[in-house]
Amino acid sequence: MKPATWPRDDALGERLLHLDPASGSLRDARIADLPALLRRGDVLVVNDAATLPASLLGHAENGASVEARLVGELPDGSFRAVLFGPGDWRTPTEHRAPPPVLRTGDRLSFGELSAAVLRVSPVSPRLVELRFEQPHDRLWPLLYRFGRPVQYSYAKAPLEPWHVQVPYASQPWAAEMPSAGRPLRWEVLLALRQRGVAVASITHAAGLSSTGDPVLDAVLPLPERFAVPAPAADAVARARAAGGRVVAVGTTVVRALEGAALRNGGRLLASAGETDLVVGPGYRPAIVDGLLTGVHEKGASHYALLHAFAPAGLLERAHEHSERNGYLTHEFGDSWLLL
Amino acid sequence: MDLKGRGALITGGSKGLGAALAEELARAGARVAIVARGAGELEQVARRIRAAGFEAHAVPGDVGDKRAVHGIAGAAAALVGPIEVLVHAASTLGPTPLRLLLDTDCEDLEAVLQTNLVGPFRLTKIVAGAMALRGSGLVVHVSSDAAVGAYPRWGAYSVSKAALDHLGRMWAAELSSEGVRFFSVDPGEMDTQMHAAAMPEADRAALARPRDVARRIARLIADAGRIENGARLQIGEAA
Repeated sequence: MKPATWPRDDALGERLLHLDPASGSLRDARIADLPALLRRGDVLVVNDAATLPASLLGHAENGASVEARLVGELPDGSFRAVLFGPGDWRTPTEHRAPPPVLRTGDRLSFGELSAAVLRVSPVSPRLVELRFEQPHDRLWPLLYRFGRPVQYSYAKAPLEPWHVQVPYASQPWAAEMPSAGRPLRWEVLLALRQRGVAVASITHAAGLSSTGDPVLDAVLPLPERFAVPAPAADAVARARAAGGRVVAVGTTVVRALEGAALRNGGRLLASAGETDLVVGPGYRPAIVDGLLTGVHEKGASHYALLHAFAPAGLLERAHEHSERNGYLTHEFGDSWLLL
Repeated sequence: MDLKGRGALITGGSKGLGAALAEELARAGARVAIVARGAGELEQVARRIRAAGFEAHAVPGDVGDKRAVHGIAGAAAALVGPIEVLVHAASTLGPTPLRLLLDTDCEDLEAVLQTNLVGPFRLTKIVAGAMALRGSGLVVHVSSDAAVGAYPRWGAYSVSKAALDHLGRMWAAELSSEGVRFFSVDPGEMDTQMHAAAMPEADRAALARPRDVARRIARLIADAGRIENGARLQIGEAA
């Protein structure tokens, strides 16, 4: 399949393939049709994380070029990051040069920002924890001044901050845009609410989707921070009590809702923390009934998660159908609804 | 609205009404982020509020700059949590002494509209989506009597404030059903640098103090649930 290389003008006109696991049917639709595919009493749960300017270009103390991609903030205020050597997003991640060899205590500088290496992961020397030397108050404005959105080589030009925000973004927790929600214009969200479909939000620190390092990619997704606020937990409870369906917008929402429920014996309560839950084939969701997601290639870790919501044969047919009909992949691409 | 623990973002926070309002909201328990172009002055205001035992963070940035607004909203939300109150107090008069319309450069009108109208639109657009999802939130536009009165030489500023008032009404018309509230407030004539730049001959003793006006606006914010959505309010001279 081909990637969408840039945000498109008409989000409502973007394609939506409806996979119905019960009947095994596939149906071509558009994002604007989404309200008609949901029922009164259903709840759509979105991830309201704003996207960080998580890519920082800078140098090690010996002058060697480094790109740090912030994966997320840790509870102690330090950041988990994946490091690359010289170059930028224009080079595919799998061809990026490795970062200079770093040890605990080494310093990196990114414009007016500076950070010390707290820890180098035993999994890969690319995965580190960084502590910025600027106080919290100064750090955030500087991060927005010197950071850029994380992007990949299929994009046709540098992305701006407004290209990578969902239309209801709140706190900047996500290393990459929780992109399943990107096409949900307010036209659609208001139509859903008018139809009696609840729309609720959780916050989940979506991490990097790819690092180009096979060892590191094999352990993605890393543990991610989430918050399920009381209104979202209540909306889910109301939907389930009334026989409505819980539809997650994006794999990060699945992780947050299922991860939160797992901590409470299968019941979804308002909660916050980190989840290391990996959803894949054989996982039986306790909370989520359906999923709105981007179109993913078969090898991607996101694709594995889809098996929790549809049988392999249907996914296989949906993949072929999408390929044959020119569905576009990645964060600016088309969507699948598994419901 | 109980402001305790709520995230508030106030533009134009380094002086005048914006700074006074930041202090009032922080005193009421809000976690305040203030925005202005001048980092030094802004940090001083934040430090003063913190020294009094309240929470305030300086987020330097120009609300008229398209590239800056996501950083303003993002850094503010990282520092104070989800933005539940947004106050647009930043504004510019354009070139002073104020000019007749026939002497106003088109570029100067555009620059005034960027700061006083397009900037607030951009920032609200970034922040209000999350408010609408949560089903609550308040956006306040600081207006002026120049929004309704046509005073010679106030052209650029005047049209920007008239449009800003209507922008608030439009937002309210579209988002009332989602629980997001808007009001515009005309603070009246205050003893500020901006007033001095516009009317250097004015008798300062006759002008209201920003702090007194800020107190009254803070009360309106606390009572926002009882104000008609999209309303334009006036703080009288007896502020």
